[in-house]
Order: sequence, then structure tokens, then C-alpha cells
Amino acid sequence: MKRYLRFFAIVGALALVLAACGDDSSEETTTTVGTTEATEAAGGEETTTTAAAEEETTTTAEMMIGEGHEIGMAFDVGGRGDQSFNDLAAGAWDEGKRMFGYTGRELAPDAGGENREENLRLLAETGSEMIIANGFAFAQNVWRVGTEFPEVNFAITDDCPQDDTFTVVEMDNVRCMLFSEEQGSFLVGAAAAMKTTTGTIGFIGGVQIGLIEKFQAGYEAGARFVDPDITILPAVYLTQVPDFSGFTDPVKGKEAAVALYGQGADVVYHAAGGSGLGLFQAADEGSTDDLFLWAIGVDSDQYTVFVEADAALAEHILTSMLKRVDVAVGNAILDQLQGDFAPGATRLGLAEEGVGYSTSGGFIDDIVDALDALADQIIDGTIEVPTVPEA
Amino acid sequence: MGGKLLTNVVAPAIALLIAFGIAALALLLAGIDPLFAFGEMLTFGTTAESMIIAVNRAIPLFVSALAVAVGFKMGLFNIGVEGAYLLAALFAAYVGALYSITPVLHVASILLVAMVVGAIWNGIAGWLKVARGVHEVISTIMLNFIAISLSAYLFLNVFKADTAGLTIATKLIPETGWIPSLNPWLEFFGVEVRAGADLHGFLIIAVFLGIFYHYLVNKSRFGYDLRASGVNPSAAEASGINPKSMIMKTMLISGGIAGLVGMSTLLGFFHQYPQDFPTGFGFGGIAVALLGRNNPIGMAFGALLFGFMNRSALILDFHDVPREIVTIIQGIVVLAVVIVYEVISRYVQRRVVAAAAKATSEAEDTGEVAA
Repeated sequence: MKRYLRFFAIVGALALVLAACGDDSSEETTTTVGTTEATEAAGGEETTTTAAAEEETTTTAEMMIGEGHEIGMAFDVGGRGDQSFNDLAAGAWDEGKRMFGYTGRELAPDAGGENREENLRLLAETGSEMIIANGFAFAQNVWRVGTEFPEVNFAITDDCPQDDTFTVVEMDNVRCMLFSEEQGSFLVGAAAAMKTTTGTIGFIGGVQIGLIEKFQAGYEAGARFVDPDITILPAVYLTQVPDFSGFTDPVKGKEAAVALYGQGADVVYHAAGGSGLGLFQAADEGSTDDLFLWAIGVDSDQYTVFVEADAALAEHILTSMLKRVDVAVGNAILDQLQGDFAPGATRLGLAEEGVGYSTSGGFIDDIVDALDALADQIIDGTIEVPTVPEA
Repeated sequence: MGGKLLTNVVAPAIALLIAFGIAALALLLAGIDPLFAFGEMLTFGTTAESMIIAVNRAIPLFVSALAVAVGFKMGLFNIGVEGAYLLAALFAAYVGALYSITPVLHVASILLVAMVVGAIWNGIAGWLKVARGVHEVISTIMLNFIAISLSAYLFLNVFKADTAGLTIATKLIPETGWIPSLNPWLEFFGVEVRAGADLHGFLIIAVFLGIFYHYLVNKSRFGYDLRASGVNPSAAEASGINPKSMIMKTMLISGGIAGLVGMSTLLGFFHQYPQDFPTGFGFGGIAVALLGRNNPIGMAFGALLFGFMNRSALILDFHDVPREIVTIIQGIVVLAVVIVYEVISRYVQRRVVAAAAKATSEAEDTGEVAA
């Protein structure tokens, strides 16, 4: 728990804002913004965060524990600049480089799975002692390359290594970083239900895969929990496998959003990576004097991301479902540098503050208490959030 | 003969120079030393592992180019290779995982399934053109969308295996249906290869496909009809070639070859159809066919060049050089080869005309003396 919070302060916070605008002028302010944001995401545990902030200073002063280490980064489709999970991982990794002094190379795939494996292998061959495989699609690749290079450690996001019959394999050199996306999605679903005036809400997923269906399942469950009579429009998925462009296509995102708003939804949540931009544009263009349209962001705090680049769009971002890929990646790196890399699965949920919701923009200040009460019920097990959407 | 050499070898060479020149200019503008970037690519791209991966990447591009070229030869622009090979790979993976028989037969039956599916799919476009007069460019583009949606539907609802994690794929094809890697042969010839870079065995089939293409187009009766229809459709029809049957046959053959595009990776690497089965070979094949001017050897070089560039581009990331520079080179080289070929063939034509004119006037001179 303590470690997670440490990374909120050190790495996570910065990553979000760095991804925002590429403007690295005032690091001082960024840190402050980030820390505040982390506090909010944590539900206002002022004392712990202060402690974490103090710890940050000591860590900075400590030393460059990463010198002589090499940590590789294998992005998934979209790579840097996807304003989504790749940027979150990149933020943690970049910041870790700066703070701890390790070196490392990065690669992004340009084709299907064969290229993912090629990238992992290339990083392993060129001296990485640990490689971040940032995406569930690496599951089988990590199994293959991890078997070939037992001396190299791997940390994979969203899934555990699987052999070619899809049996999950436990490997001594692989750590899997899992998230309970449905829990965070439940909370933003509840927020959507509390904020809708038309009683109709919608969901846009990038590609129809199990991972994204977890977002949908949690969101719909949260909305129904608050208002059993709410109308939830059928979820829209932008593309189907093997076409993964749904995560990088704002035009498709906009088309889908226009359709959902057109059917009476006034809150739409997206789990579509870079395509989410289209949703925000549709919300901005579709709003009238009578009806203000809301959008809910995903992965990073997208209000903060957009507020400087395009404030008009940011005004429509009610909240964002935070998925702290940065925290998980940061922890994996820190463990590796300290010599206590631990294989196996770690799952970050609400309890670990690995998922949550953002309050920047101040649009949901009035319902924060209600949402935090729901969060507590999820953490203590009173509410069980489904991971598969209702048929 | 000199003219042919000029157009077939010099034109692509000039096109490559132009492409690299423009890319170098772009790199210079971005503040990067182009010689450094190209040098790194060359060093990295010529290691044994890189060469193997480059060839692996070239194989599907080459097969796709053959499929496109068959159509080009008679003036049919088949853009539907993309959809055909994805659908074919999905069916082949599903059917191939249902049974296990003798290795060679198993592989052959999977390839047959792929060819049949590809042929049927592109055959639809052929039928639409023959029966309803729908232009094949329109129908194949539309059929690509349908193929991608249809394969997604079938994949997610019918063909996918039960999996524990988030990954989805069809069932694993039994080992009898795999095409073994050629690495043992490489080692036999003294090439040391590290594990992981497996030269796909489909390479041999691809070479035979190239030879088959050569004989089909250049040496067979069908090939003559094909080329005749391409050069002058009305003359071909007047000489007794049935254009409708030619269109249908060509689309079926093109589709059959297209069905094989994904087989190299499917049977040599994945052994199942995964959610991230590589896409884009269908469109890449069009570029390679243009680059190779529908000549099997030219297309083989084109595919190898693209494969080499794609692989060696990986190293650019390590030096903060944008990898997109390779996409720029590939785009320009295709554009340039079309233009340069046109310029050179006009030049050759002028030279021929001039030579003929000179010969005629000389003949007239001597003729007058004789008279």
C-alpha cells in the first residue's frame, strides 16, 4: 500500500500531465497538479499523501539506484502519443529514467503479433534486464520470448503469459500487472446515472475484446445500481478484431458519439484510447442551449490532458476513469532496480488505488461523497462488480 | 534488348535513388544525419536474424503481389486481396485445427481450403463484373469491408476457441499442419541463427508460386489470352477470346493466390488465427506489384526490399530517428518507379524511332545510288 502511494507521488502524477501537452516547461507546477489529482483519486486521504510527498523528497535525494541498469519498453499498437495506456507507461518509464538513472530502449509494433515478438526479442538481445510488455496482446509473445531469455525479466500489462493453447503459464521471470477496470468503470457509470438529465447514457469501446468489455460491464452495472430504470443504449464498438484501428481513429469515435447523442444520450463513456477525441468533439459540437452533452474519459485524467490544448473540449469531460498503468509500471521498475523483482500477478483495483475516477474540472464535486461511499462498498465486498456485460 | 535492360533495371534503380534522396532530404530537415540513419539500417538489417525476418516479411508481400499482378496483366485492378486473404486465413485456421493427418497432406489440405475461400471471395467480384457490369475496383473495395466484418463475426462467434485470458484465437492447428522452419537447412550451410528467428518454410512454396506465375502468364495459352485481353480487349475479343470467361478465370486465379498470402505466418508462426493476425499485406502487394512491374523476379526483389526496409527500420527507434521515414521511402519509390518507367520508355521509343528514321534515310540514300 505504501509503495503504491509512493508512486502516486513520484511517477504517476507526472506522467498524466506530461502526456497532456508535451509542454515540459514548469515541472514544479506539474508535480503539484499531479499530486493534488492523486489525492482526489485516492478519495482525499490527505495525511497519507503528505507522507508520500515527503517520501518523494527522500527518494529523489537518495541516489541514482538505476545506474548501470537497462529497462526496455515494448509499446503496443498506438505507441507514444496515444494519450492512453501507452503514454501512461511511457510517462512512468521516462520519469523513472530521469530519477533513477537507468537507461533503456523502446519499440512500438508496426504490424501484427509477429512484430510484437520481434520487438521483445530485440530488446532482450540488446541488453535489457527487464522489459515492459505494455498490452494484453503480448501474452503469448512474453511466454515465448520469456522462455528463450530466462535471465531477462518481463512485466506485462493487463494479462498473464499464456502458451499457445491459452493455458496461463506461471513463469519465474514474468510479472503480470492486472487491473480491476470494472470497479473504476462502475463509479463513472454511477456518476453518469447521477448526472444525466435525459435518463439515457451510452458507451463506446475501441475494439470488441474481453478487456474492453470489462469497462462496459462495470459502467452499465454502476449506472443501473444508481438508477435501475435508466436507459443504456447498446454499446458501440468501433472495430472488430483483427482490426485494431478502433483505438486510434477519432473519426470513427466521432461518428459513434454523434449517433449515441442523437438517440438521446447526454453522457457517453469511452474506452477507445485515441478515438476518444472524436467523442469529446461530438459532445462539444452537439451541445445546445437546452442540453449540455457530457463525455467520460478513460485511463488518464483526460480533463487535465485537454484543458490546455483545447479547453472547449475539456469542458465536456465530466470525469475520467483512471487506470494507473503508470503506477504498476513504476512499481515493477522500482522492484527490479531494488533487486526484488517478484514474479506472478499483481492486481490493482479500487482498494490499491490502481483504478479510480478524476474530479478535475469540478463537474462532479456534488456527488463525490456518494461515489466514495460506493467505492467503499466495492472495496469491502458489499457490491460485486461484474466483468462481463449483461447479455 | 538494350531498351529492355534500360527499363527493367535502370528505371527501378533511378526510382530508388530518388526515393532515398528525398528521404535523406527529409531527414536533413529534421536535423538527422541521413548517412548515419541509412548506415545503421544497413548494419542492423544485414545480420543473419534480420535477413531471415526480412525474408519472412517479404513472403506474404510477394504472394500478394502475384495475386494482384495476375489481374494487372489483363487490366483488372484487384484491390480485394486484403479481404480475401484474411477470410481465407481464418477458414484455413479453423478447418485445419479440426483434424490431424499425415503432415504433407494436412498442410496441403489447409492450403487448398485457403485457396478455395480466396477464389470464391474474389470470384464474387468477377461474377459481379461479368453478370452486372460492376467495376472490380468498386466491388473489391466493398468486398474488403464485408470480408473484414464477416471474418470478425465468424471469429468472435463461431471459430474462436475457449480461452482463459483476454487473448482470443482459433484452436491450435495440430503439429502435422505446421510448415517447418528452414533453419535446419541454414545451419546445414553453416549459418548460425539464434532461436526465435525462424525462416518460414513457406518460402519454398512462394518460389514455386513465382515460377507457376511465370509459366501461366508468359508460356501458356491462358497467359497469351490474358495478356492479349490486357493490351487490347476488343482485338482479343475479335480474335475469339471470350472476355467474360477471361475475367472470371482471372479473378478466380487471383483470389486463389490471394488465399495463400496469410499462410506463411499462419502455418509457420502462429499455427492459429489470433486476434492480431497481420493485416495490410493485400495493399502492400499492390505496391510491390507496381514496383516489380508484374515481373516475378522484379516483384521478388520488390518484396525483399520492402521486407528489408521494414525490418531494418526497427533500429531507427533506438536512435530517435522516426521510423516513418521508411514508409516515406516506400511510398516515393512506388510513385517514382511508375514515373521513371514512363520517362525511360518514351526515351527508348524515341531512340528506336530515330534509329529507324536514320536507317530508312540511309537506305533511301543508298537506294537512290543503286537506282
